[in-house]
Amino acid sequence: MRYMLLIHSNEIEEAGMSEEAMGKIMAEYYSFTEELMKSGALRAGDRLRPTTSATTVRVRNGERLTTDGPFAETKEQFGGYYLIDVPDLDEAIRWASKIPSAKYGCVEVRPIWEMEG
Amino acid sequence: MPASAQSEIEAVFRSESGRVLSHLMRVLGDMDLAEDALQDACAEALIAWPRDGLPRQPAAWLTTAARRRALDRLRSRRRRPEQEAMIEEATPDPRDPLRELEQQLEWPIADDRLQMIFLCCHPALAREAQVALTLRTLGGLDTRAIARAFLQPESAVSQRLLRAKQKIAEAKIPFRRPRESELPERLPAVLAVLYLVFNEGYSASGGDRALRLELCDEALRLARLVAGWMPDEEEAQGLLALLLLSDARRAARLDADGELVLLEHQDRARWSSAQIEEGRALLLHTLSRQRLGPYQLEAAIAAVHADAARFEDTDWAEIAALYDRLLALRPSPVGELNRAAALLHVHGPERALATIDALLAREPRLEDYVFTHVARAEVLRRLERRDEARAALARALELARTEADARHLRRKIAELTS
Repeated sequence: MRYMLLIHSNEIEEAGMSEEAMGKIMAEYYSFTEELMKSGALRAGDRLRPTTSATTVRVRNGERLTTDGPFAETKEQFGGYYLIDVPDLDEAIRWASKIPSAKYGCVEVRPIWEMEG
Repeated sequence: MPASAQSEIEAVFRSESGRVLSHLMRVLGDMDLAEDALQDACAEALIAWPRDGLPRQPAAWLTTAARRRALDRLRSRRRRPEQEAMIEEATPDPRDPLRELEQQLEWPIADDRLQMIFLCCHPALAREAQVALTLRTLGGLDTRAIARAFLQPESAVSQRLLRAKQKIAEAKIPFRRPRESELPERLPAVLAVLYLVFNEGYSASGGDRALRLELCDEALRLARLVAGWMPDEEEAQGLLALLLLSDARRAARLDADGELVLLEHQDRARWSSAQIEEGRALLLHTLSRQRLGPYQLEAAIAAVHADAARFEDTDWAEIAALYDRLLALRPSPVGELNRAAALLHVHGPERALATIDALLAREPRLEDYVFTHVARAEVLRRLERRDEARAALARALELARTEADARHLRRKIAELTS
C-alpha cells in the first residue's frame, strides 16, 4: 500500500532559523531518509522550494489563468513529500512521526488512490 | 413466527453479533463484507431457527453461515481469489470432532474482539466515529439506538459510520493489537468507549427497558480483557474497578415489576458482595501506585457508596471531596451536577438549590439533561416546595428517553401529588 507523506511547515519561521538549527534539521533529514531507504519502503521524496517561487495555474472555459504564489494562503505551507510503500496506515504513521518537521510542523498521511486492474 | 420467538432470536443476534463480526473481520479483512455476510446469516437464521430450534452454539452457527455467504458474495464479485482461499482455510470442517469440541468449550478460542476494539478506536478516526463504530460492531446497536444514545440525528450517525468504514478500507487501518509503544496514544479512546458502552447499558437511552444488561456485560467483559492485558495501566484497572462496583448493584436496581429503584431505596443486601470485593481490591491496589486518573476517582466514589451499609450512612463529604478532585482532572458540567447532588446531603437543600441553579445559568446545556431536573426536584421536595418539585419532574418526564424512566418519573409525580 502506497502512502504520500505531505510535509507542512511554516516557511517564514524556517527561513528565520539559525544556520546551526537548520544544519541540525538537515542532518536529521539525511539520516531519516537513509533509514527509510534501507527499510525498502521509500519510493520517492523531494523537498520543494518555498512558495515564493510558486505559480498557480487554472483553466476556466478553456482559458488559462496564471497567478503568482501558492493556491491558498495558509499558516503552514506544503514543503516536501515522501512516497512510501508499507503494509498499512500504522506503519505509515510510524514513518510520518519520524520526519524531522513533524516536531514543529505537521505531516499529512494520504493513501494513494491505486487504479485497479 | 410468534413474537416471543422473534424477540428471543433478536436478543441472540444482539449479544452474539460483536464476536461474530470481529471474527469475520479478521478472516475477511473487509468490514463491509463482514457486515453484509453477517446480515445474510441473520436472515438465514430467521428462517432456520424457528423451524429447527435455537442452535446450541448460536455464534458458531452464525459464523459458519456468514463465512459461506461471504464466499458466495466474493465469488459473485469474481475478485480477490486470495481472500477466498483465506476463508476456506479458516472455515472448519463441520465433521471435525476436535473443532466441534473447541466450539463447545469456548467460542471463539482466539478473542478477536480486542483487536476489533483497537480498530474501532484507532486514533486516525474521530472520537464520535470511534464510539459509534464500537457500539455498532461490538455492542450490536443499530444506527437508531446510537443516535438516540448521543442525542444526534440518525442520518448524522449513519454518515459518520459510513465515512469511518470508508476510511478504514481506503487508508488501510490494520486489524491488530497495537504495539506497546503505541498504547499511551491508543488506550484513552478504548477506555472512553467502554465507559460509554457500559453507561448505555446501565441506563438505556431508548426503548422500553431501563437497562440493557448485555451492553453492561459486554463492556465489563471487554474492560476485563483490556485490564488483564495491560496490568501496568492504572486507568485500565480503574475503569474495570468502576464497572465492577457499579454493576454490583445490578440486582437491586430493578424491582419485581422491572421498575428502576434509585440508590437511596435499593436493597443493599442484594448488591453483589463478590463484585464489590473484587472491585475494591483492584481499586486499592491501583490507588497504591499513586497515579490517579478520572476512572480511579469515579471508582473510588462508587466504593464509598459500597462501604455504606445504609443510604443514611453514606460519607457524602468524602464523595464531594472525590468529585472535587475528579473535576480538577476532568472538568464537566455533569460532574459538577453530581457534586452538587452530593453536597445536598452535606450542606442541606438551600445551598444545593443555589449551586444547581447557578450551574444551570452557567451551563445551559444541562437544561436538556434529565438528571438536572430530577436533582432539582429532589432538592425542592426537601424544601417542601412541592409545586416547583412537580414542575421539575414534569420537565424531566419530557426529556425521559425510556418508557421505564418515564414510568418512574410519573410515579414520583404521583407521590408528590398525594
